[in-house]
Amino acid sequence: MDKREHFDLYYQMVLIRLVEEEAARLYQQGKIGGFLHLYIGQEAVSTGLISARRPQDRVITAYRDHGVAINCGISAKEVMAELLGKVTGASKGKGGSMHIADVEKNFWGGHAIVGAHMPIAAGMALGDQYQKSDNVTICMFGDGATNIGYFHEALNLSKVWNLPVLWVCENNKYGMGTSVERASAVPEIRQKAEGYGIPNSRVDGMDVIIVREAGMQALEHVRSGKGPYFLEVVTYRFRGHSMGDPERYRQSEEVIKWQENDPIGIYQRHLVEQKICTAEELDRLEEKVEVEVKEAVEFAESSPEPAPEDLFRHVYFEA
Amino acid sequence: MARITMREAISQALWEEMEVDQNVFILGEEVGVWGGTYAVTKGFYDHFGPERVRDTPIAEAVIVGAAIGAALTGLRPVAELMTINFAYSAMEHIVNEAAKLHYMFGGQMVLPLVIRAVGGGGRQLGATHSQTPDAIFAHFPGLKVVAPGTPEDAKGLLKESIRSNDPVLFIEHATLYQLRGDVPDSDYTVPIGKSKIQRPGRDATIVTYSKMLEISLKAADQLVQEGIEVEVVDLRSLRPLDMEPVIESFKKTNRAVIVEEGWRSYGVGSEVAVRIYEEAFDYVDAPIQRVAQKEVPLPYNRTLEQLALPQVEDVIKAVKEIL
Repeated sequence: MDKREHFDLYYQMVLIRLVEEEAARLYQQGKIGGFLHLYIGQEAVSTGLISARRPQDRVITAYRDHGVAINCGISAKEVMAELLGKVTGASKGKGGSMHIADVEKNFWGGHAIVGAHMPIAAGMALGDQYQKSDNVTICMFGDGATNIGYFHEALNLSKVWNLPVLWVCENNKYGMGTSVERASAVPEIRQKAEGYGIPNSRVDGMDVIIVREAGMQALEHVRSGKGPYFLEVVTYRFRGHSMGDPERYRQSEEVIKWQENDPIGIYQRHLVEQKICTAEELDRLEEKVEVEVKEAVEFAESSPEPAPEDLFRHVYFEA
Repeated sequence: MARITMREAISQALWEEMEVDQNVFILGEEVGVWGGTYAVTKGFYDHFGPERVRDTPIAEAVIVGAAIGAALTGLRPVAELMTINFAYSAMEHIVNEAAKLHYMFGGQMVLPLVIRAVGGGGRQLGATHSQTPDAIFAHFPGLKVVAPGTPEDAKGLLKESIRSNDPVLFIEHATLYQLRGDVPDSDYTVPIGKSKIQRPGRDATIVTYSKMLEISLKAADQLVQEGIEVEVVDLRSLRPLDMEPVIESFKKTNRAVIVEEGWRSYGVGSEVAVRIYEEAFDYVDAPIQRVAQKEVPLPYNRTLEQLALPQVEDVIKAVKEIL
């Protein structure tokens, strides 16, 4: 990796962090409605993983999707505008926080029913296999999704049909407020892939470089025609499940301990200690990101609402 | 014109669309090697091969889910659910994914997808395998729901469904597969969302679809011997629902009986009746009648099962009630 690539990854992680912090503020001001699930703490997972894909590889994820959207190349403006329900949002204000997508950038959402996007991911991989392309579908989901039937139907079919899909479990230790230990029959999620004969590995999700390298290896495996691969990435969300989470299910000591492992801090130390760049350079980059986020909020706030007639658009395909 | 069965009509539609469009493929339980549980895809596996006629595990959520995903990549999958009773296992993907993705992402995602499902009672399969839950699916905007009652409509509507860029639930009836009818020789389609007058008449309007079209036409044959001429309107699609021929007919006859196989409560009859009251209230000469399944889980015993299902005599009685 050259300096420019490192800079880009660091930039994306900081951008996600600041977009999410700003989103939390806007939510508290009542400007964002519905549910809001923040990606803070998990930035290294999506940033590392998506940096390993080629543009033709498809990405699909669950509802904690703002970070993934940004990593896929959706601008902070379009993300922020979607959060505010504006017509300039990625999904024209019809999707909201949980349903951001841009198919031109091969980001296929943003899916809010736990595990339900996994059969769809298998189908996209089937579509690419049928059309004889070497595209890979990257499907991200949480540890909670691995206890529902859709997960098992999708994994099974992906192996039976040797589909080009990379399953990525973001194990952040809790499905809402229920810990993995209380909800999953096995402590390591990757063990479930074993049952379907799918090669797998488990990596530290707080280090963006580790995730990136694991992603590259996994994608290479899938692309070479060897069928699905299962990557478990161990991470932690620093905020609640969504806004308004009383967090009765975990001790603040645990949160503090993980926050000392902040993925942005880890990467920053790495970059400076390895003399890839200086702390001042990173500070300047952060200042630029602050401006970008400020502009994104201004863009979103000044963007128009959808028109009343948009209510009836896109129920069905319009020729 | 050729006289063929409903099964042949559906099979021909699939075959012809697969011949002309490489993007069309079939997936489902026993569609390939077995040849289809109802023999609709007999011979397909040998002709089109295992890539295009794909046997799946018994796992309905991923059958429909994978069809959605493949459709998103530009293919035109036809997913077969062995029976509509198994659609409940894929409910999430039918009503919460297929019906919503296009709208929810602002029109970006296009789903040229067909889900074929066989429904209906009358074959002593017991409560879990005999349902007609069409109205449930017709409740969801974003989904199209088609349920033909003749071979001609089945072939034309299935072709139209495959060519459509929207998700279509195509409901077949298990006891209609042997029904014979004339089908044009040409490559024709039938538009989705267009009701059709299947038999003209002046005294009362019967509104129906699918298997109950056959029952209603039999009732009409008997009624005419008593000098009663009923007009039979076939809805053919439940969503979008085309009320125009219904209202036109009703304005002429001022009387209506709605015949459906599903349960009466919250059913197709409820919807059609209230639409008539809303749109043609001034033309109402008698209370609108509904003929539907008795409100019980369908029993196995043949006598009880037939007692629960709408019969020709029930339709005749309902018509006479309002004349």
